[in-house]
Amino acid sequence: MLLPALLEAQNRYNHISKEHASLIGKALRVPLADVTGVIEFYTLLFDKPTAETIIRVCDSPACSLAGSAESVDALTAQLNTTPNQATPDGQFFVESVPCLGMCEHAPAALRGEEPVSQATADKATSLISGDAEAPQGIIYGDERPLTARCGVVVPTSLEDYLEHDGFAGLHNVLAKSPEDVIADIKTAGLMGRGGAAFPTGIKWEGAANALDDTKYIVCNADESEPGTFKDRVILEEDPFSVLEGMLTAAYTISAKKGYIFIRGEYPRAQRIFEQVIAAAYEQNYLGKDIQGVEGFDFDLEMRSGAGAYICGEETALFEAIEGKRGFPRIKPPFPTTHGLFNKPTAINNVETLANVSLLMRIGPDQYRQYGTEGSPGPRLFCLSGDVVKPGVYEVTEKTTLRELIYEQAGGLVGKAELQAILFGGAAGNFITPAQLDLPLTFEDTRAAQLSLGSGVVMIFNGTRDIRQALVELGHFFAHESCGKCYPCQLGTQRQLEILERVNHGAALPGDLERLNDVGWTMTDASLCGLGQTAATAVLSAMEHWPELFEEITVSPN
Amino acid sequence: MTVKLSIDGKPVSVAEGTTLMEAARKIDVDTPVICYHEATTSEGLCRQCVVEVDGWRVLAPACVTPVSQDMHVHTDSERVQHARRTILEMLNATVDLSQAPDLQIQMDDYQADRQRFPNAQVRDAQVLDDNPFYVRDYEKCVMCWRCVQACGDDLQFTYSLSTGGRGYESKISTFFDAPMPETTCVFCGNCVAVCPSNALVSKTEFFMDQGLNYDQIRQEKRKQRKQMPRK
Ligand SMILES: Cc1cc2nc3c(=O)[nH]c(=O)nc-3n(C[C@H](O)[C@H](O)[C@H](O)COP(=O)(O)O)c2cc1C
Ligand code: SF4
Ligand code: SF4
Ligand code: FES
Ligand code: FES
Repeated sequence: MLLPALLEAQNRYNHISKEHASLIGKALRVPLADVTGVIEFYTLLFDKPTAETIIRVCDSPACSLAGSAESVDALTAQLNTTPNQATPDGQFFVESVPCLGMCEHAPAALRGEEPVSQATADKATSLISGDAEAPQGIIYGDERPLTARCGVVVPTSLEDYLEHDGFAGLHNVLAKSPEDVIADIKTAGLMGRGGAAFPTGIKWEGAANALDDTKYIVCNADESEPGTFKDRVILEEDPFSVLEGMLTAAYTISAKKGYIFIRGEYPRAQRIFEQVIAAAYEQNYLGKDIQGVEGFDFDLEMRSGAGAYICGEETALFEAIEGKRGFPRIKPPFPTTHGLFNKPTAINNVETLANVSLLMRIGPDQYRQYGTEGSPGPRLFCLSGDVVKPGVYEVTEKTTLRELIYEQAGGLVGKAELQAILFGGAAGNFITPAQLDLPLTFEDTRAAQLSLGSGVVMIFNGTRDIRQALVELGHFFAHESCGKCYPCQLGTQRQLEILERVNHGAALPGDLERLNDVGWTMTDASLCGLGQTAATAVLSAMEHWPELFEEITVSPN
Repeated sequence: MTVKLSIDGKPVSVAEGTTLMEAARKIDVDTPVICYHEATTSEGLCRQCVVEVDGWRVLAPACVTPVSQDMHVHTDSERVQHARRTILEMLNATVDLSQAPDLQIQMDDYQADRQRFPNAQVRDAQVLDDNPFYVRDYEKCVMCWRCVQACGDDLQFTYSLSTGGRGYESKISTFFDAPMPETTCVFCGNCVAVCPSNALVSKTEFFMDQGLNYDQIRQEKRKQRKQMPRK
């Protein structure tokens, strides 16, 4: 409970004083040094006073393309302050932060607990006063089996959910044995949508077979990969489908307790999910003997992240729920046997769980009508950057990047020429127009040595300087490295330093080789997926455009 | 159950659960280490012990990777050397390793360029001299976590230290930067004993470096002990 207590103190008093930290540590019997360690780890926690309202502006690539740096300048000028500095009246505190998961509304901001879309510099006044526009989900796709309810139902209404095929999958599940549910999921060929594409059936089978009376279900709703916002849209517009997926998982592996861990920068999704949980308890979709099935008990708790991308990594997420610094654990052992509180745990992504609900409703054969042989089921992509229609795209058949961008998303803004696509996420690759005919499937991307990652397609037109985007990505990884292992703790900083020189046109002789050595050392020797992919985009850019890294426009004094 | 594998081409048989580092030692192959220590829990931090395993996508830290059947391990391949050299070069650009003799030897062994990263931001810190028993100079700290572990679950159970900060700004923290006498510290000295880089040094050593003689040191320490707050 340490993290919830610290977040509560932060929300009430805009920081955590030494006195409060001491009270919390003593009440929860956590060593005081550890309390400080935890406060220092999470960026939403401050040990010094901030201000009544914190305004956070995204500085990741999609928002940067849309002018977020100018927004920060305008805000601080109007408030007569500087970033990370409270206004003298203690009212406002402006901060640049990594991707807020609203890239389709770039530049995105968060005013206290309220998300704000299109927070451009000219709207600084309304952003300060709190009259700015809140973002709505934007979803495209010819057929939308997965997101059919989004924008149609009242997200917090259980009745509405029931009227729109809700819990039909769960009722099918409850008529089957857990083994049969696992068989269905395997037949459907569902693969995790959190980035690693791990087969969900195998994961659940592992957790189901683990011998332990206490098991957990965890929904990973920490979505913080720059460019990714699909989970936010599901959480805000069809949250019951996620709950239904968790109930299916609980029934299948016999877990009695679950957690949904939602990133701290998604306060609106958190508010919605709290209501969803309350409604589910009221109607016996949570609690004891769920829907009259004797012995099917399941309790669900929501937990908030506190500002750390690394907590999306499954074992770091467990540490966060356990109230510790979000350090990834060494694997093996794997979560299916040693997960949350060291107990067998099935952890899944939001979109994966929504897919479970769909597939258990329509059956594996019908489910496989969507997608391709090697990539079954519908799949969400997040389009952002210089594209006419940014948003979430539900893809249900073999589609190439070219079709997605030019036929479905209207091409580039102002008919500009395409320069590059950041594909898969900040942890993904830059690709060039030559690769536009790539089909968006696991099998085709794997063959091209790429990864779909979390479905990010971020578009850069011909006028953009890729080096600027690289500095932003480099900054992101240096900011988000947990610091546990040396290659990433040190390498993300060294990488950023070189990228900054490159971007200023002040590369030193040998920088290309330095960047290469740092990049491969992180990729090869880091402890977790963050460090192992922190150089992917950079290395891909070096391959495509080596000349960018050698251009020297400033004399080295 | 015994597990058969090969290390640098030589067959090895060891019990299940043995780490690659232990297995390699059986055939007198040593992997370099920075964070590893017999007395503290291995957390796989430094990755200096990495080895290459056939068929694996990434390198494996020998200190925490258990052996598995028919594994083929290479402890000194090109990829391994590259990673070790770069880790040393990056670390040397970050902290003061002048009093870490073992790391100096490793830098020579792996032909690390001590000036590999020009204009790198160093992790500077003030020397913390706040108690009569030891001095903390975190500019020399390599973040091996051993002091935290020795102070906590591995040895002393006093929990006065924690890992702090994050990423490149990682550090060793006390509660709101409290000086040691205001923490739960019992001055057992375990942290000083396990520190590999002289970031933690005993007062005696510290005074000796400053040129004080035996009697002067005794007097100085006595004086400081008297100024300690009572617990
Ligand atoms: C640095 C890092 C960040 C991650 N962030 C997320 C995330 O925000 N959401 C998510 O579902 N998975 C994330 N993952 C992947 C998870 O570790 C895990 O694979 C996933 O939650 C499993 O769910 P799935 O099988 O349903 O995809 C991340 C992994 C890494 C290495
Ligand atoms: S790779 Fe980076 S994020 Fe992962 S454990 Fe190492 S330092 Fe932490
Ligand atoms: S002070 Fe010494 S023992 Fe502690 S982390 Fe730093 S180098 Fe390791
Ligand atoms: S919200 Fe700004 S890049 Fe995602
Ligand atoms: S010695 Fe193995 S990771 Fe440090």
